[in-house]
Amino acid sequence: MSMSMNSHVSPTSISSMNRSSRGEPVSRNDSANHALSVRVRDLDLWYGQFQALKSISLDIYQNNITALIGPSGCGKSTFLRCLNRMNDLIPRVRIEGLVEMGGRDVNAAKVDEVALRRRVGMVFQKPNPFPKSIHANVAYAPRMHDIVSRKADVEALVESSLRDAGLWEEVKDKLHQPGTSLSGGQQQRLCIARAIAVQPEVILMDEPTSALDPISTATIEDLMDRLKRRYTIITVTHNMQQAARIADYTAFFHLGEMIEYNNTRTMFSTPHTRKAEDYITGRYG
Amino acid sequence: MTQALDHIEAQLRRRHRKTRRLKALSMGALGLAGLFLVLFFTDMLIKGLPAFKQAQIQVEVDYSEQASQLPLAAVSEAVRPLVSRGYLRLIPSRMRDDPALQGTTRSEWVLADGQVDQYLKGHHSKLSERDKATVNRLQDEGRAELRFNTRFFTSGDSKMPELAGIASAAVGTVLTLMVTLAVAFPIGVMTAIYLEEFAPDNRITQLVEININNLAAIPSILYGLLGLAIFINFFGVPRSSPLVGGLTLALMTLPVIIISTRTALRSVPDSIRHAGFGVGCSRWQVVRDHVLPLAMPGIMTGAIIGLAQAMGETAPLIIIGMVAFIPDIGGSFTEAATVMPAQIFTWAGEPDRAFIEKTSGGILVLLAVLITMNATAVVLRRRFERRW
Repeated sequence: MSMSMNSHVSPTSISSMNRSSRGEPVSRNDSANHALSVRVRDLDLWYGQFQALKSISLDIYQNNITALIGPSGCGKSTFLRCLNRMNDLIPRVRIEGLVEMGGRDVNAAKVDEVALRRRVGMVFQKPNPFPKSIHANVAYAPRMHDIVSRKADVEALVESSLRDAGLWEEVKDKLHQPGTSLSGGQQQRLCIARAIAVQPEVILMDEPTSALDPISTATIEDLMDRLKRRYTIITVTHNMQQAARIADYTAFFHLGEMIEYNNTRTMFSTPHTRKAEDYITGRYG
Repeated sequence: MTQALDHIEAQLRRRHRKTRRLKALSMGALGLAGLFLVLFFTDMLIKGLPAFKQAQIQVEVDYSEQASQLPLAAVSEAVRPLVSRGYLRLIPSRMRDDPALQGTTRSEWVLADGQVDQYLKGHHSKLSERDKATVNRLQDEGRAELRFNTRFFTSGDSKMPELAGIASAAVGTVLTLMVTLAVAFPIGVMTAIYLEEFAPDNRITQLVEININNLAAIPSILYGLLGLAIFINFFGVPRSSPLVGGLTLALMTLPVIIISTRTALRSVPDSIRHAGFGVGCSRWQVVRDHVLPLAMPGIMTGAIIGLAQAMGETAPLIIIGMVAFIPDIGGSFTEAATVMPAQIFTWAGEPDRAFIEKTSGGILVLLAVLITMNATAVVLRRRFERRW
């Protein structure tokens, strides 16, 4: 990779189209942090013969919310799953290109995908708490990774994770009831608590609110806004208002290509590409 | 327009009529199946319940010196044909064990001959007219009656129907099934876990899958031949033993356990696996901590149903010699043994009519055990599912 990762190049010095194809946003969000978290370069992915991702390059910055938008089947969820190697679970997937986190290629042979997933948490579209107690849902992964072992530490971590997920007050009296007995929105926050319990660097969210009602959605959005102070959040969403509300940066995917990566405000007011403009104004998708 | 509506209405009526007809047919099928079941159970109960009662008569037993040599001398000539020879035969050894009996005469309830038993139950009996008269007299005096047949549950097989019991076969069944479970359950579950959770989807695994499904449909007698060829002739496992029986039945149960375990694993939603992988579980941790606990009720139900099937199996055991005459209650995995269905099979072939009720009685015991096992499967399923 020959290109410079210097993020202080003035936006006007190179053509914006060029920036986008190099994985940098077309325009910058001045209130955002610009330390690099994940660097993706020329990422291609095939399901058998079908190419689902075409030469994707994307810089994701720490302590931001980056939203991935685009019509169904555009590859945004596939892209998200490349970041914690969940695609490894699918047979006949072939991946080429670079996904770099902390200066190391996550697809390198010596990187263990299990260790990677401890650093990159994930929240899924449908809330999927383990069919265990609320307490066990949160305590399971930290215990497994040996982050905590003493009982008092486990209790403290369960409480702090549930507090961070904004769920503590609602469940503190019923920690030993099944996680599946909660409402959908609560279950999703439980899944967030479960993800942050192992103190990851990045949290991937795959349409975290698409199965929830508007009130639960608002709660989760507030939560994401608070969580970005400590974690880098990458979220896939079908809901463009949601991307506009919460994301610092937004990337628009279309047919496996990343069409535009931009400061969210710019993306939704004056998108740089025609396709993004058409999608955002509701002409298709 | 109205014509079209009429047409639709006519069509609707036809469709509803078809639904009603299908419903009636399926209810009829269910009713027929239920009727057969009721007939079967009634027949078994009527024929088998008498087996749980056995005739006993009260006679004077003379523990004389002569009786210790010639046991027939212990009872008077009039009742001699009425007393079970199996009982008389034991008199000398009882006298040796208990010297206090020596020289005494006691009035005792003793086991009656099988023919007396049949006569008292109103079945055809080979007793002579004189003996029948004696039995009638004893009965009038309250000295001949049908009592609960504990011997049926505590002793092994015998050529004398009044002595024959199901205990040795029951013990043989328990030992055999222990071997079957110990072999088939771990291998079956592990195979299913590999195929379902680890194996890549390629030609080889597809071939394995097809073969497992075929194995489940193979006539069970072929497993007997396999057991004979491999376990007995090649590995030299003692024939007729619970060990070889258990191993053979394990081969037969394996595909059932594999298939039911795979179904149970497949019914665990992928979202649970993703949740596990998402927090950094290894594949084994996902299986152990999240998939297996959810699949357990299904796996156990499959295992119990597989075992129940193995328990009712006779054909493969005939080939490996488990249809043996076993009068003693064994307790070893390598000694010759028999199992309940094989015992029933043996009794069914006896010419003596008294064995007909033994056969039905044995079937009742077998059915009771099978129903208990299936009920256990249901309870286990309920209990584990209720957890969440």
